[in-house]
Amino acid sequence: MKTISKADMRTLFFVAIIALFAPLILNPFPTESGWAQFNAGYPDLMQRFAIYGILAIGFNILFGLTGYLSFGHAAFLGVGSYSAVWMFKLLSMNIIPALILSVIVAGLFSLLIGFISLRRSGIYFSILTLAFAQMSFALAYSVLTPLTNGETGLQITLNDPRIFAAENISGNLPVTSLFGMEMRDTWTMQLGAWDFQFNIGYYICAIFLLLAFYISIRIFRSPFGMMLRAIKTNQTRLNYTGINTRPYTLAAFVISGMYAGLAGGLMASMDPLAGAERMQWTASGEIVLMTILGGTGTLLGPVMGAGFIKYFENIFSKINDTVLHGWFSWMPDGLENVIVWILHLFTGKGWHLTLGIMFMMIVIFLPGGLMEGISRIGKWWKRRNVKNDNTSHNSSTPAQ
Amino acid sequence: MGILKVQNVNKSFGGLKALHNVNLDIEEGKIHAIIGPNGAGKSTLLNCFVGKLTPDTGTVMFDGHSLLGIKPHQINQLGVSRVFQTPEIFSELSVWENTLIPCFAKRDGAFTLNALSRVSDNKDMAEKAEQMLIDVDLIDKKDMLASSMSRGDKRRLEMAMCLSQKPKLLLLDEPTAGMARADTESTIELLKSIQKKLKITMAIIEHDMSVVFSLAQKISVLAQGTVIVEDVPEKIKGHPKVKEAYLGEAQV
Repeated sequence: MKTISKADMRTLFFVAIIALFAPLILNPFPTESGWAQFNAGYPDLMQRFAIYGILAIGFNILFGLTGYLSFGHAAFLGVGSYSAVWMFKLLSMNIIPALILSVIVAGLFSLLIGFISLRRSGIYFSILTLAFAQMSFALAYSVLTPLTNGETGLQITLNDPRIFAAENISGNLPVTSLFGMEMRDTWTMQLGAWDFQFNIGYYICAIFLLLAFYISIRIFRSPFGMMLRAIKTNQTRLNYTGINTRPYTLAAFVISGMYAGLAGGLMASMDPLAGAERMQWTASGEIVLMTILGGTGTLLGPVMGAGFIKYFENIFSKINDTVLHGWFSWMPDGLENVIVWILHLFTGKGWHLTLGIMFMMIVIFLPGGLMEGISRIGKWWKRRNVKNDNTSHNSSTPAQ
Repeated sequence: MGILKVQNVNKSFGGLKALHNVNLDIEEGKIHAIIGPNGAGKSTLLNCFVGKLTPDTGTVMFDGHSLLGIKPHQINQLGVSRVFQTPEIFSELSVWENTLIPCFAKRDGAFTLNALSRVSDNKDMAEKAEQMLIDVDLIDKKDMLASSMSRGDKRRLEMAMCLSQKPKLLLLDEPTAGMARADTESTIELLKSIQKKLKITMAIIEHDMSVVFSLAQKISVLAQGTVIVEDVPEKIKGHPKVKEAYLGEAQV
């Protein structure tokens, strides 16, 4: 029995290839060129692509399938991060126990929040999850300081017990690893003017991304996934068909919470610290944006949305006034200043403005997100080819 | 022998007495019609059968189980299916998925975490759904989005969804409302053939008297929240009480 259809296999394969060659694909500009700042192929950002991809895939299982819009998913991300850092402090710097604990804790936490929030649907559900996430944020920030280290954030120190780790004699802070492979290890390949960076941490994240993607495909194609989509369209009919919708939505909520926990754990594995701001509502909102931007309810959309937003966050925010002046120095002084002044609003610290405009454009013109854009291009291409065939036919017929 | 027994059911909404001491006995294997003028309480009564409303007093017994205080999905699991006045289907899913879901619900119960098998691997479910679509003549529309179908087709789909679960009791709320004459005829034929083949007990709420008289084996007339007459169709036709209740609203 095959577990996955051919078309889905192709999608998975496509994602795998992209993930494998990301360090090359995302680094199209030579290191010394002026365009190098548009390169996204450095470990830190690529790790974030993969981690937020996992987060968005998980969120999509809840929002895309059941239509329940959770505004509190960052809470699970934060809980996952805290759990992972605690494992680094108590057991060892190996990421495996950290990831296991973060998934479990996030799962339990989402079970609790989901059990209460899912008593309501629609906007009330969203508000409940938002309230819970803000409560978690406030708790982590103040009352739970012994557990979360308050506003400083939870970090590893030299005095941590780390009962399974070998004694630390170097006097440096230990680094996260997977059975000896350090997450920060990077192999740089120099190829002409290009520097390609292959980072262990990124590939670990990418493997988890593929795993997450594979599981999400299985869920989408399963009877469980079909029931979740039925919940989105008509809960009344489902109830009168003998289905109890509550456990279904709760299961979807917990699964997506565990995805968020895994993402949080990976985040801490790449950089062993966890702060309360990871749980704030803006972080939750970002997850929603990623999913909608990419295409709610599609398999690939959320990953693309995550990549899109993270790219803009990291690249656009780096274009400051100095860079802008550098670009437009060939212009007459007055014009240069005007242009830089206008672009200044959209780049650097103002990158949110660009993101906002793009988000508006996509929601207005492509309600199905980036995935709809791609499918439209695909259709247009097909239609164009068909038309070309027809015209060639027509022109040849009279000649005969 | 009654499969659904309703005894002394009362239900009021604020000061309005929607149902007043309703007694009803639906016999197994029969088609039982509930008729009455607008506002007589027909839909309220139906809602009391499926768990949408709970009567203030009285009992509703189905097949030896009380239907009061249990949830709609539990009532369905006992074997009661309902066709709504405006078709309740999964409009954003395909016709095929619409028919598959009740089959899975029948097999797997109210909740099963069946997250890693593929829908398409369940051949027995597919066979069931396909047979049902052939029965209601929708098989060539199986890949269509349910929302893009005509109203008549939607209702046929909804019936197929209910019937694929082989319910013991099928409740139909105005199954021919808003249908063209030809569609109404075919719906009547469909219901008759189903009743013959599957021996499903049906309770029908209907306004169209021609439908009622060509289908029902027993009729209850509801007026102002009370059953005023309950009899076989032939005797209902000329009954003075029924005429009075309708006040010439329809020619009975």
